[in-house]
Order: sequence, then structure tokens, then C-alpha cells
Amino acid sequence: MKVAVLKGGRSLERGVSLRSGARVEDALERLGHEVLSIDVGADLVKRLVAEQPDIAFVAMHGVGGEDGTVQELLEILGIPFTGPSAAACARCMDKVQGKDAIDEAGLPTPDWFAFNQTAFREFGAADALGRLEETLGFPLVVKPSRGGSSLGVRFARSPGEVPQALISAFSYDDRILLERFIDGRELAVSILGDKPLPIVEAILLEGDRYDFEARYEIGRTRFACPAELSAEEERAVVEAALGTYRALGCSGFARVDLILDDEGPWLLEANAIPGLTDTSLLPQAAEAAGLSFEQLVERILDLALHPATA
Amino acid sequence: MAEVPEPTHRRRSHAGTRDLERYAGLFAERTTVMRSSAMRDLMAITARPEVISLAGGLPDTSTFPPQSFAAQMTRIAQESAAEALQYGPTEGFEETKDCILEVMGAEGMLPDPDDIIVTTGGQQGIDLVTKTLVDPGDVVICEAPTYPGAVPVFCSYQADVVQVECDEDGMDIDALEELLNQLRAEERRPKFIYSVPSFQNPAGVTMSFARRQRLVELARANEILIVEDNPYGLLRYGGEPMPPLYQLDGGDFVIYIGTFSKILSPGIRLGWTVAPPPVMEKIVLGKQAADLCTSTLTQYFVREYFAERRWQRYIDDLVEIYRERRDIMIEALRNHFPAEATWTEPEGGLFIWATLPDYIDTSDLLAKALRADVAFVPGQAAYVDGRGRHSMRLNFSGVTADEIREGVRRIGEVIAEQVELYGTLTGERRAPEPVQEEKPNVVPFRKVEGA
Repeated sequence: MKVAVLKGGRSLERGVSLRSGARVEDALERLGHEVLSIDVGADLVKRLVAEQPDIAFVAMHGVGGEDGTVQELLEILGIPFTGPSAAACARCMDKVQGKDAIDEAGLPTPDWFAFNQTAFREFGAADALGRLEETLGFPLVVKPSRGGSSLGVRFARSPGEVPQALISAFSYDDRILLERFIDGRELAVSILGDKPLPIVEAILLEGDRYDFEARYEIGRTRFACPAELSAEEERAVVEAALGTYRALGCSGFARVDLILDDEGPWLLEANAIPGLTDTSLLPQAAEAAGLSFEQLVERILDLALHPATA
Repeated sequence: MAEVPEPTHRRRSHAGTRDLERYAGLFAERTTVMRSSAMRDLMAITARPEVISLAGGLPDTSTFPPQSFAAQMTRIAQESAAEALQYGPTEGFEETKDCILEVMGAEGMLPDPDDIIVTTGGQQGIDLVTKTLVDPGDVVICEAPTYPGAVPVFCSYQADVVQVECDEDGMDIDALEELLNQLRAEERRPKFIYSVPSFQNPAGVTMSFARRQRLVELARANEILIVEDNPYGLLRYGGEPMPPLYQLDGGDFVIYIGTFSKILSPGIRLGWTVAPPPVMEKIVLGKQAADLCTSTLTQYFVREYFAERRWQRYIDDLVEIYRERRDIMIEALRNHFPAEATWTEPEGGLFIWATLPDYIDTSDLLAKALRADVAFVPGQAAYVDGRGRHSMRLNFSGVTADEIREGVRRIGEVIAEQVELYGTLTGERRAPEPVQEEKPNVVPFRKVEGA
């Protein structure tokens, strides 16, 4: 089969995407497929039309590749592709849209307020900050609505830290959200087809737990898979993750991030195209389920070509 | 004999080799010193062709005459091909050392040629000196901010890096003295003080004469070595020449690191280290272990180049070009950066260090700047402890005048947006007007308490 691997692009997560893409290409070659490697740029449509691949493997992260833009083009060109549809990608990429959908489905997600820059620049939204800080309490989390790898995510421990956190978050997107901080265990549930893979837990080994960068530094965070959960906890977490997957209209695969505290799971977001690098969580979860990376890639292709097999 | 299988793939299949887990258990502890991947990825995007990158540290090699390059390489090929393609002595050729003596002489230094080793760039000098002197846990003192490329070297030898604040006159020697006393009280002996005293990377500042004298005295009194890294000394665009620490000390407690990278070419990877004989002996052993000898071919190239007797004229040309670019960048900063920003006005070198209001994080700002196709180095890269978040390093040597103007304008625009937003968030102030009039001479750094 001729498989176009779409990777790179212009997003801030270009580096991760290139690593994901390269690993997928290796696996595809070993599986005996013909690989067409595309670092996505202005010539994308031209190349796809000229090369006529049987399927596109989308290994892009962040704005452009994970938000439905590329998926929309592939839908127009009639080329089957891996991962969720354009519409589902758009919902996953935008944390505000995602949380709306999760909330509407009756699933628990931490309280939040969303703002775009215009609200502050033109409508004096700053005057409402005090009231919503009261509602959310401190510490609170400020996030760009669209962004990955925790870029621009900041904690504010007091009202004085909120403006600076907002400035950082607005560096990545014109829309941000302020979210209630939930103190609990950080879990990721990868879903392949309609089946949950073993749950991964991120355990911070050292450093400030409010320092998001620590979570992405080798040696400062340990990942446990499968996470040690009671049968009851596991059932609740998996149910919440599958509910989110469906609420967002995902298909193929996705990774749902959530926090588990005494009250149960709190859903944060779903990633339409989770990382596929050697340190990424989806491949780790697949391996824990007994799937090699090649088997994972083959399964992802299958799901894209024959959705009914899910 | 076993049959060698025919290679069937155009490249090695990475079966499992990307599988970090398999190797993770084998990695040495020193490899765990890594920057966050998010930051690395951001820097990777600065390489996109449409991005005006003020993030580099490159000299402008386009000014080197190609015909001169061709003539020298031809001469080497015709007259000394066999030797130039052979191994050379670990310490480097005497003829290379003659060139080094000329360069150091131009700044008033007269080292003994036996104290010199030719290295693969100045960077290898930093590595060899650290390898020679530092055990895991030893203290290495450097400036804050410091050369971002030195930090990974110190960390790879598991040094405990302690940074001493800089101001417009370079390293704060009072703070250094206080630190040395404190370390003594804790019975920890620092192995060396790393400094770029002239036109520092990244801050662009130059250590004053008085501080140079005090630094050398302190090193002598405490019997600590100074590692003087002086890649830019001859690239002076204004002000009075300053004696290198090596000259002030006479080479007893100062290890000197020089390079041809900024005065000729970084591509030839040729630098040197000068050290007292007992230290040099160990450095030579380290060099032998690392790579046996520095490239013979490029040493021949330098020899031929210096024989033309035009090397100082080439530096004069570079100084002209870089001075103009520095001036253009300073003018652009005045026109496009907000009133609250400060920056250094370097008398030489390749960099300007700008500091923004403390509510702007320059790593986040870089993400925004990249959307406007412009890049800089976030200040955090020059600190080991997460400071520097409100500063940035800007390079003016490797970019054209138009790129400097446009690049600074774009950065100014994204900063202005942040400043305005902060004003609306806090109700403190309205959108700022860019400052057009002459700025008073800028104060680049917060003065250290008690300094």
C-alpha cells in the first residue's frame, strides 16, 4: 500500500511531529508499505494529487495538523486518513470547545471560564476577573485554548499572578481559559478503535508541582503503565474517557487526559493525534497491551480503511 | 570466513533503535542534564527559511573572498597534499602556534608557545579544561547570564554551576568575593571561574579594568583558576581596548581560550587553549583521548592564510560591517521597543541583551514572535536556575541591515501587544507609544544588592 506520512508543518510542535513521523515511516517500511514522506508545506495538495497515495497517515501535532485543517483537505481530496475526522480534530484541539462538549455530555470537567483577547482589549473583561477568581479559587490554571505539550500553561497562586499567566497563555492563542485546579493523580487513557488501552499515570519525581515544564523533562517525571488503580477507579476512569471520546466524535484513536481525585475522574481534554515518539504515551500504552509499534501502526491503518472493524 | 550480506536498504532500518526504553538503563547519569523538549522544539522552528533569525551566533562568512579561499586550498593541494591529509601532533603544529601568537600579540599577550594547544574550536577548550579540572559535584563559577554553550559542558561533567550577577561592567566582583567566602565557609573549593570578559556572550558587556584587576587578584589570593574565554576581543567597534585577564595575570592563574571562529571562520573548527605547564600536560592527555589531534587540513589552511599577511585587514573589514549592524540594531531597538525595555550597547562582539518588563516571559514571547516569523534566544538559556525569563539575546553579526530593522520591528510589535494587554488586564496603563527620542544610556541589569 502507498502511505503518505504527513509530518512537520509549521506548528510549534513541529519537532515532536517530525519524530513521530520518522518513527511511523520506519514502522511502515518494516511492514512492507511504500512510504511517501511529506513535510507539510505549501505544496501539500499538489503532491497528494500527483502521488495519489492509498491512505494518509497524519503524524502532525498542534495547529494545522491536529486541528482539522489538514483532515479537511484530505476529506475534500477523498484520501482516507488515520485518526479522527476533521470535525472531531477541531473539537479536540480547542480546549474550550472540547470542555463544552464534555460538559454537555454530562461528564465531569473542572470549572472554567473562557475569554478571547477581544474581551479584555475591548470589553473590559479584566473587571470580571475578581469574581471568577472567587468562583475558581486558587491556585488556578491558565491555558491557551489551542496548544499542546503544555506550552503556555501556567499556574496562578494568587490574584497578582493572574495577569502574567494570561499574558503567557495569550502568547500561544487568542483564546484562553481559566480552570479550577484539581489536586489529584494525572492519568492518560489512550483509545484505539473503541477500545481503551492500559492507563498511563504521570508521576512527578522532583521539582515544583506547579512547574509544567518539569512534566516534560526526562528524569523529572516517571510514567507508570498500567497505572495502579482499584478496579472501581479503573472502571470510572475508562468510562469517563470513553464517554469523552464519543462526546467529541473521535474515531481511529485519541488520548484522553484526566485527573483523578477523591470525587472521581475530572476530564481535561482529548488529544486527536497524540505523540507517537519513543517517549510518547500512546505507544507505551499499546506496548502494555502487548502491541508492538508496528502492530499499533498497522491497526491504526486498518481502523482508517475499515472503520467498521473498530 | 563468514559471508557479508549485501546491504538491501538505502538506510539502516531503525528496528527498535528509537525505542528509548531499551537504552535508558544504560545511559550515564551525566546525560540526564537536558533542556526541556518543548524549548528545544521551539528553537528548532527558528531554522525555518522564512524566519528572520536574530537567534543565531554566526559570524558573516559571506565576506570572506572565495578566490582567496580557493588559492590557499590549491596551494595546499599542490605543495603539501600528503602532509595536510596526515595526522598531526596532539598539541598542534608550531606554524599554527605562530599564527596564534600573532593574534594574541595583537591584544598584548605573549605566551610561551609550549603553553599552547590547538583545539577543535574554542568549544573543545572549554570541554578539555572542564574535563581536566572538574570532578562531579565540584563548583564552577560563571557569569549570570553566561555563554549558553558552556553550561552543557559544565553540566556534562556534573559540575555544580554557580552564577554571579553581571552588570554593565561585567561580573560583579563584590558578589564574587562574597560567594567565595561563603563557599569557603561550606568547605567547598571552586575549581575555576569561567568568564567572557570582553563583549560577553550573551550580555554584550565588557568587564571594566578595575574589575579585571580585582578578579585576577582574587584568583591569586584564593588559588583558583580563571578560564578566560575571549572569542571576540579583536572585534571592537568603539571604546578603549582592555587588557585580557591573561595579560594582567601573566598566565599563572588564568587559562586562556581563543578561537579563529570569529576572526576567520567557524567552519574550520580551530581554536586554542593556553595553560600553565602542569595543567597543559593533563589537557594534552585529554585531547589525545578525545580526538588525537586537531584537523591538519584546516591548520594548513590557517598557515597559508596568515602567510598572506592580510588577516588583520580582514578583521578591520569585519569590524566595519559589524559596527554598522550594531548601530542599526540599537537604532531599531530605540524605534520599536517599549519605553520599559532596556538593552546593552556593546562595544564589540556579536550580541545585544535586551530586558523586558517582568510580566513578559521571553520563552512565551518567542512562540508569538515565531508566528510573526522572527526569532531570538530567550534569556533563560543563559542561566542554570530558570532566571533570565524576561530577557533575550539578539544577534546582529549574521544578519543583513534590512533583516535587523525588520526583525526588531516585528519583535517590537509582539512586545507592544503584550504591554497593551497587560495594561488592560491590570488597568495600570494605556498602550505605550514607541519611544522615538534619544534614550539616556541604558542600564542593562539590575544592580546586585550590596554591590
